[in-house]
Amino acid sequence: MGLLDTILGRSKPVKPDLDDLFALPSAAVTLQAAGNLRPTGVGSVCVKPAEGGAFAGLREQINELLAMDGGKYDESTDSFGFTWIVRRGDPNDLSGLVADLHGVNATLSDAGFGPALLCTLVTFTDSQAPTIGMVYLYKRGTWYPFAPTGKDKRDNSRELQVRAYVGDELKVEPDLSRWFPVWGAPGF
Amino acid sequence: MATSSRNRFKSDPQLVARMSITMFLIGALYVAVVAALIFSGINIAFVLVIAGGLLFVQYYFSDKMALYGMGGRLVTPEEAPELHGIVDRLCALSNMPKPRVAIADTDIPNAFATGRNPRNAVVCATTGILRRLEPQELEGVLSHELSHVAHRDVAVMTFASFLGMAAGLFTRMALYSGMFGGYDDDDDNNGAGAFFLILLVSMLVYVLSFILTRTLSRYRELSADRSGALLTGRPSALASALQKVTGDMARIPTRDLRAAEPFNAFFFTPALANGFSISSLFSTHPTLEKRLAQLAKISAELGQPV
Repeated sequence: MGLLDTILGRSKPVKPDLDDLFALPSAAVTLQAAGNLRPTGVGSVCVKPAEGGAFAGLREQINELLAMDGGKYDESTDSFGFTWIVRRGDPNDLSGLVADLHGVNATLSDAGFGPALLCTLVTFTDSQAPTIGMVYLYKRGTWYPFAPTGKDKRDNSRELQVRAYVGDELKVEPDLSRWFPVWGAPGF
Repeated sequence: MATSSRNRFKSDPQLVARMSITMFLIGALYVAVVAALIFSGINIAFVLVIAGGLLFVQYYFSDKMALYGMGGRLVTPEEAPELHGIVDRLCALSNMPKPRVAIADTDIPNAFATGRNPRNAVVCATTGILRRLEPQELEGVLSHELSHVAHRDVAVMTFASFLGMAAGLFTRMALYSGMFGGYDDDDDNNGAGAFFLILLVSMLVYVLSFILTRTLSRYRELSADRSGALLTGRPSALASALQKVTGDMARIPTRDLRAAEPFNAFFFTPALANGFSISSLFSTHPTLEKRLAQLAKISAELGQPV
C-alpha cells in the first residue's frame, strides 16, 4: 500500500498473479527424480465466495463449464466457508491439469473475483509417506509445500526437504510464516 | 501481470473527501499552533518533548499495552486452530504478513488489533465474541481489524492526537504553575494576562483537536468496515456481527450514562440532541446505523451482475 492509501485509509484489493502456475510441471519432474513424489492427478482451486447475485450467477456459469467436461470436476465447501473446485484427472498429465486449473482461475479473475482467489493446490504422493500438497499463493505468486500428517499436524522437516528439491525451479515463498496450513483440503 | 480483469471494488470518494478535510484541519491546527508559538516567543519546547515522548511510548508499545489492558494472551495455532485458520486465510487473500493472534478471557464481546506496523501487529478476540459469533461473522470482524492494521491506524491516530495531548498537558502545567505561584512576574502586570491567554488558547486547541481526532477516528472505522467487507466479500456477515456485538455492548454504557445523568445536565444542552447529538461528535466509533447503511450499500454493489 502506498503512502496515500495509508493516509486515506483505503486498501486496494490484491490482484492475483497466475504466471508461475505453469512452472509446476517442470518442477514435478524434479520432485519425482529427487523425492520419488508423483502427481496424484488431483488439483483444486480455493476461492472465497462473495455474497450477492453476481457471484451466484458466476458459480452457475462455472458449474456449466465444468459439467461439460464429463464430470471431472466437483465442488466442496470447507469449514471456513471457502469453496474448493476440485479437478480429478490423469496422474500422468500434469500439464493438462495445470492448464485446466488455470482456466478456472482465469474465469473467476476475468469476472472480477480475482481478489477472492485464495490458492491453488496440487497434490503429490509417494508409496509410503502421506500425501504432500504444493500450494500456490496467487497474491504472492509463490509456491510452498504442505505436508499434513494428521489432525492439525504437519511435517515441517518434510516440507523443508521439498523446498530444497524444487527451490531452483519454482518461486518458493521465502517467508515461512506465510506457509499457512490448509487442513482438510481436498486431495489429501 | 497476466490477469487484467475488472475490479469489483469501488472506492468511496465521499468518505475519502471527508477524511481529507478532517486531516487538513488537523494539519492546519498544527501549523497555526507552531506559528503562534514562534510568534509569541514562549519556550515550551520541553512540553512538546514530553508529549512527544509519551506518545512515542504509546505508539511503540501499543501492542503490548493493549494486550495487557485487555488481559489478552498470545495463542499458538495448536491452541486456537479456528481463529488462526481464519487469520491465515485473510492474510493470504490480502497479501499481508500474519499478525500475532491473542485471546482475552472476558465475556464482553470485543476484538481489537493494534501495533505500530503490520510486522508488529497483534489481533485479539475475546472469548465472549468467539462464543457469540458464527464463523462467517467472526471472519468479518477479524477482517475489519486486519484492515486497521493495513491502514496503519495506530500510527495515523497517534500522529493526529499529538497536538491535543500537548495542549492538554500544557493546560494542566499552566494551571498548576499559576495555582502554586510558579509564574514569575515581579515587574509587570502583563504576566497574568499572558498566562490566561495561554491557558485559553491551549484549552481551545485541546477541544478543537479532540473533536477533530474523534471525527477522524470515526472515518477510519468506516474505512476499516469497508475494506474488511470487500476483502471477505460478505458485508452482511460483518453487519450481523456488528448488530450482535454492539447490541450487547450497548447495554453496559447505558447503565453508566444513567448514573452520570445528574452531571450531564450541567454539561450538555438538550437543544443539541435533535439530529446532531453531542455524543456523536465525541464518540470514537460511528453510530451503528451509519455502519450498517454503508455495509448495505456495499452489499448492493456486490449484487450487481458481472
